[in-house]
Amino acid sequence: MTDEDIRSVLRDELGRIAPEIDFDRLDPSVDLREQADLDSMDVLNLLTALHQRLGVDIPESKAAALATVDAVVAYISSRRSGL
Amino acid sequence: MSWPVIRKSDADRAAANLRDYDAETAAFTWKTARAELAGLPGGGLNIAHEALDRHVAAGHGDRTALRWIGRDDTVRDFSYADLTKQANRFASLLRSLGVKPGDRVYAVLGRIPELYIAALGTLKAGAVFTPLFSAFGPEPLQARMEIGEANILVTTEALYHRKVEAWRDAIPSLGHVLLVGCPGAAPPRCIGLEAALASADPVLETAATRPEDMALLHFTSGTTGRPKGAVHVHEAVVAHHVTGHTALDLRPGDIYWCTADPGWVTGTSYGIISPLTNGVTLVVDEAEFDAERWRRILGEQKVTVWYTAPTAVRMLMKAWDSDPRPYDLPALRFMASVGEPLNPEAVLWSVEAFGRPFHDNWWQTETGGIMIANFASMDIKPGSMGRPLPGVTAGIVERAADGSVSEALEPMALGELALRPGWPSIMRGYLHEEERFRKCFAGGWYLSGDLAMRDADGYYWFVGRADDVIKSAGHLIGPFEVESVLMEHPAVAEAAVIGLPDPISGETVKAYVALRAGFEAGEPLRRDILGHARKRLGPAVAPRDVAFRQNLPKTRSGKLMRRLLKARELGLPEGDLSTLESEER
Repeated sequence: MTDEDIRSVLRDELGRIAPEIDFDRLDPSVDLREQADLDSMDVLNLLTALHQRLGVDIPESKAAALATVDAVVAYISSRRSGL
Repeated sequence: MSWPVIRKSDADRAAANLRDYDAETAAFTWKTARAELAGLPGGGLNIAHEALDRHVAAGHGDRTALRWIGRDDTVRDFSYADLTKQANRFASLLRSLGVKPGDRVYAVLGRIPELYIAALGTLKAGAVFTPLFSAFGPEPLQARMEIGEANILVTTEALYHRKVEAWRDAIPSLGHVLLVGCPGAAPPRCIGLEAALASADPVLETAATRPEDMALLHFTSGTTGRPKGAVHVHEAVVAHHVTGHTALDLRPGDIYWCTADPGWVTGTSYGIISPLTNGVTLVVDEAEFDAERWRRILGEQKVTVWYTAPTAVRMLMKAWDSDPRPYDLPALRFMASVGEPLNPEAVLWSVEAFGRPFHDNWWQTETGGIMIANFASMDIKPGSMGRPLPGVTAGIVERAADGSVSEALEPMALGELALRPGWPSIMRGYLHEEERFRKCFAGGWYLSGDLAMRDADGYYWFVGRADDVIKSAGHLIGPFEVESVLMEHPAVAEAAVIGLPDPISGETVKAYVALRAGFEAGEPLRRDILGHARKRLGPAVAPRDVAFRQNLPKTRSGKLMRRLLKARELGLPEGDLSTLESEER
C-alpha cells in the first residue's frame, strides 16, 4: 500500500465524518483541528475508522501527535511496512 | 452492580476546607458567606472587583492570577495586578465606545488571554458578559446573539471571517466588533483589539453595580424552542466564591486547572470567577485535549486542584489502555469532575492511575454554581454525584398531572431532582422568556429536568433527563435547534434528533430524516446533509450520523416521538404508544 493509497483512505474516512471539509484544500502539515472545525471526538472517530479499514492499531496516546494528514500517513505507512 | 465505597481518612478530613459536613451545613448561612467578600468601596457588588481589585488592595497584587499556556507551549503569566490593569483597559475601551451598564458584550474566542481580560473588563464596566463556544457554527452563534441583543462582539479575525461576517448586519443591536489577532489594519467596520487596549486607560473606577444587576448571560438548550439565555447577577459571586472553597477545596496558593472552555458555564463560574475570588493561580491551556500534553501540564505546572469533565476522563482512560504509566503528581491534592455523571469505573480508575479519586459534582447553567458534590472530606460512592452543598436544599419530587409537585422522601425513590430557591447564583430569568422561566418552578422548588434518586445516606444518583435534551461531552444540546438546521436542507422533509449512549462522550447526537419526494437516500446524500449540519452548527452540536426513514413517529398533535426512536434504536421497551398516530417507516 502506497502513501497515496493511505491518503485516499484517509480522505474517504474524513469525508464520512466531516463531509464539509475539502480534503484537497487542507495543508497536510497543519493540525486538522486548526484548519477545519473538527473536535476531539471527530479525531477519535477518525482514528478508530482508520484502524478498522487498515488494521493498524493507533494507540489513543498517539492521537494528538497524529493530528495532521502527513503525520497520519507517515505513521500508518511505517506501521504497515513493519507488518 | 455495587461498587466499593472510597473511604476518606481522618487525615483527609482534617486537611479539607469543609471538614465536618453535617456541622458546617447546619451552621451555614449565605449572609455569612457574603461577608467573606469585600463589596465595592462605595457600596454595591461587582464580580470583577471581588476577583481582582480585592486581592490587589489586600497586598496580593504580585501573586500569579493567570498562567496561560499557548498551543506552542509559550507561557504567559499575569499577576493579579497585571490582570486588573488589563481588565481596566478593556473596561475603559468599552466606555470610550459608548458601552453603557447592562449592554451585552459577547466573546467568541478560544482560550486566549484576551478572553479572560474581556470577561473581567466587561464586568468592571458594568456590562453583561456572554461567552459563546468558539466551536459553534454560524447558526448557534447568530441565534444567541439575536436573542441576547449583542452590543459588542469580541472575537478573532479568523473566526470573524469564517463565522460572523456574512450575517453581521442581521444583528441590529451590534455596534462594534473587536478583533484579536490583527496587529495591522483591522478589516472594515472592526477594531483591532491589541492596539485599542494599548491606548486605553489602565486606571478605572469599577462600575457601581448592585447585587441584582445582570452580570452574565449564559445560553442553554431545552427540548423545544430556541436557546434560552439564563440571566445571572453580580450577587452570584457569593456562590461562585464559597462553592469553590467547599466543593473544589480551593485555597490561596493553589495551582488550579479547570479544563472547561469559558464558552460554557463551568468555564466561566469555575474557569474564571471562582478561582480568582479564591486567590489561586488559574492555569489555562489553549490547546485541545491531548492525553500526553495533559499529563505534562499537570506535572510541570504542579497543579494542586484539577476540575475536568467525564468525557476527558474517559479519553484519558482510553489512552491509559495503551500506555498505563501511573501519573506521578505529588502536588495534586484534589480532582473533581462535572458535566454528566462520572461512571463508577472512571472513579475507580482514577484511584489506580492518580492515587486519588475524582470527585463528581452536579449543577446546571441555571444554578450558576455547584449544588451537589462529593467533598474532599467525604467518602465517595462511585457513580453518585454526592450531597448538597451547605446552603443548598435538594429534594426528589414527583410532578402530578395537575402540575403540583410532592417530595418523595423514601430512599431511592425515582423523581425529578429539585432545589429550594434562595442561593445567590440561581438564574434570575430566561431573557425575554418569562413563561419558560416560570415553568421551572413549582411548589416552592426549582425543577432541574434531571431524574435522580437519593439513597438512605443522602447521596444523590443521576438517572437521566426528564426531557429529550441531549447531553454530549458535558454540553446540553437542544434537539429542536439541530432539527431546525436539518430542515433547511432541501432534501429533508422532517427530522428528529436523539442522543445515543456513547462510551466516551456520554451521548452522541444522531439524526433521523425523512426525505422530500425526488431525493434518494444513500451515502452521497447522507454526507451532504451531515456536511450541511456541521457547517451551520459546528462539530459540538451537529449530529455525528444521519439515518434515513420514510416517516418519523409522531403523536396525534404532530409532535415527534423522539423517545420511541431512541427505544427502538437501543432495543428497549417502547412504552406507552397510545398517543402514536403516525408510525415510523
